Amino acid sequence: MPGAVVEVDRLVREFTVREPVPGRRLRRRARRVRAVDEMTFTVGPGEAVGYIGANGAGKSTTIKMLAGILVPTSGSVRTCGLEPIGERRTLSRRIGVVFGQRSQLWWDLPLSESFAILGAIHRLEPDALASRRAELVEELELADFWSTPVRQLSLGQRRRAEVAAALLHRPELVVLDEPTIGLDVLSKQRLREFLVHERRTRGTTLLLTTHDMGDVERLCERVLVVDHGRLAYDGTLSGLGATVAAERILVVDLAEPVADLQVPGTRHLGSEGEGVRQRLAFDPATTTAAAVLTAVQTRAEVRDLSVAEPDVEDVVRRLWARNRAVGAGGRPGSA
Amino acid sequence: MADLTAYRAVLASRVRAQTTYRLSFGLDLLGALLVGLVELAETWVVFSQVDVLGGLDFGGVLLVFGLANICFSVADLLVGHLDRLPRYIREGTIDVFYLRPQPLLAQLVTSEISLRRLTRIGVGVAALVAGLVANEIPDPLRAAAVVGLALVFGTLIFCALFVSAAGCQFWLVNGAEFTNAFTYGGSYAASQPTSVFGTGLKITFGFVVPAAFVGYLPTLVVLGQPGPALLPAWLAWFLPVAALWSCLLAGLLWRAGVRHYQGAGG
Repeated sequence: MPGAVVEVDRLVREFTVREPVPGRRLRRRARRVRAVDEMTFTVGPGEAVGYIGANGAGKSTTIKMLAGILVPTSGSVRTCGLEPIGERRTLSRRIGVVFGQRSQLWWDLPLSESFAILGAIHRLEPDALASRRAELVEELELADFWSTPVRQLSLGQRRRAEVAAALLHRPELVVLDEPTIGLDVLSKQRLREFLVHERRTRGTTLLLTTHDMGDVERLCERVLVVDHGRLAYDGTLSGLGATVAAERILVVDLAEPVADLQVPGTRHLGSEGEGVRQRLAFDPATTTAAAVLTAVQTRAEVRDLSVAEPDVEDVVRRLWARNRAVGAGGRPGSA
Repeated sequence: MADLTAYRAVLASRVRAQTTYRLSFGLDLLGALLVGLVELAETWVVFSQVDVLGGLDFGGVLLVFGLANICFSVADLLVGHLDRLPRYIREGTIDVFYLRPQPLLAQLVTSEISLRRLTRIGVGVAALVAGLVANEIPDPLRAAAVVGLALVFGTLIFCALFVSAAGCQFWLVNGAEFTNAFTYGGSYAASQPTSVFGTGLKITFGFVVPAAFVGYLPTLVVLGQPGPALLPAWLAWFLPVAALWSCLLAGLLWRAGVRHYQGAGG
């Protein structure tokens, strides 16, 4: 695809793992592990793509290859039309990466100084720096703690500052690795709103990895599901939702033990305490939590309840299970 | 040079950060001073037992000690923080450096500056001056030239040693102790008259890790001594060559290390 922001073609990355040999204390056996296995996908300009999968599925490895940190074992990758390894320094002016778990700020400096340094690092003109900085301070609400050393910021404040730091040089591609991990509901909401705004006003391409289905629902139109280094799904979120993602789980605590509940339009997932607590899955597109609850109440007295959204791991697990049931090697819902 | 602005901005912030807390900065300086003084005292204790060590008297050894300490401390101040690389690799913070448009090594070198080494440089300068005063110097002009050469290229040799050690860290992740043996060991070897070592060590510190070029060989020139069999005094004039060799080695090790981290070789 011409003009693609990310082009990944049969990308493979292997690592050598050394593990102890049972019974031989000092021997180590080297084993090759494929973290990314024949991955192929393309991201066009302005797209917002959720890159999801369980821990160890190969998400971070892919991102590191996109950013020029790791060399692919085989296959090819182009980011912003550039060769990430050979043209790393040019590429770094055009992409912004936020690692949820590692900081690019100086822990003992206030944001005011950190952003001055980042401006120098990216060689921004004073005017361009000032206007962009003002924009980010306003939209991410950084003004209240602009002069506080980073080490004294709360997690939510720091995360917003990290996002601002990665976007200071107006990158055309923004890669976010677990951007909302550990944040409270309000902070998550704020960060998502900012990213939606940034994309709408500047046409920024977004690629984000996450464990949070909420991130995907509110930010991404397209979803790539990766499992054991392989692409398990590539398509719209609604396509994924129609299959597995949209399911909600109703957990009911009953007054006394009851046999497994069979409620129309739901799947019984399991019972605990001889049936005192039961879990029912339902699709909000075909029924509602209230309807399911009413149906349950005709059979037993409900003491307490909660409704859970499935997390990414659930989605991937079920997608994979269904995949195998359909027949090995199939790529469901390929778009 | 817009590029230098980036490095200057980071360094200036490091200097500010270190000097903000006066008391802790003062204690840092004092600590480094004490380390320098203890090492000097160690040399002095040896000379309370013997008059001559490896062909040099105490005044001569002061010159060796002074040159080696100045060069090592300046290198430590400039690039010593490269020994934090294992931590950066373990914690993944190294990735952040890859996302910036400057060369990796230049970023790491300018990511910090260890100002507390200033007092240790002071100890070295004091020893060097004392050595120059205490000794009879046959040709002051030659002496000035060789001391100047030693200070510049000796520092470069130690900087290269730090970079080499850091390059190895990409493989050894927890091998800081091992590579410290070369940096701090090299510093120790440089502050001794190389003539006290056996042939194997003479060759090692004369030509592989050219520590003898930093203090011992220039001292021979200053004092007008011919030097032992393997390490004649005139070798001191080849200081730039020794420094070039160290830098080449450092460049190769660093490149190989970075490649290894990125996984091209592994």
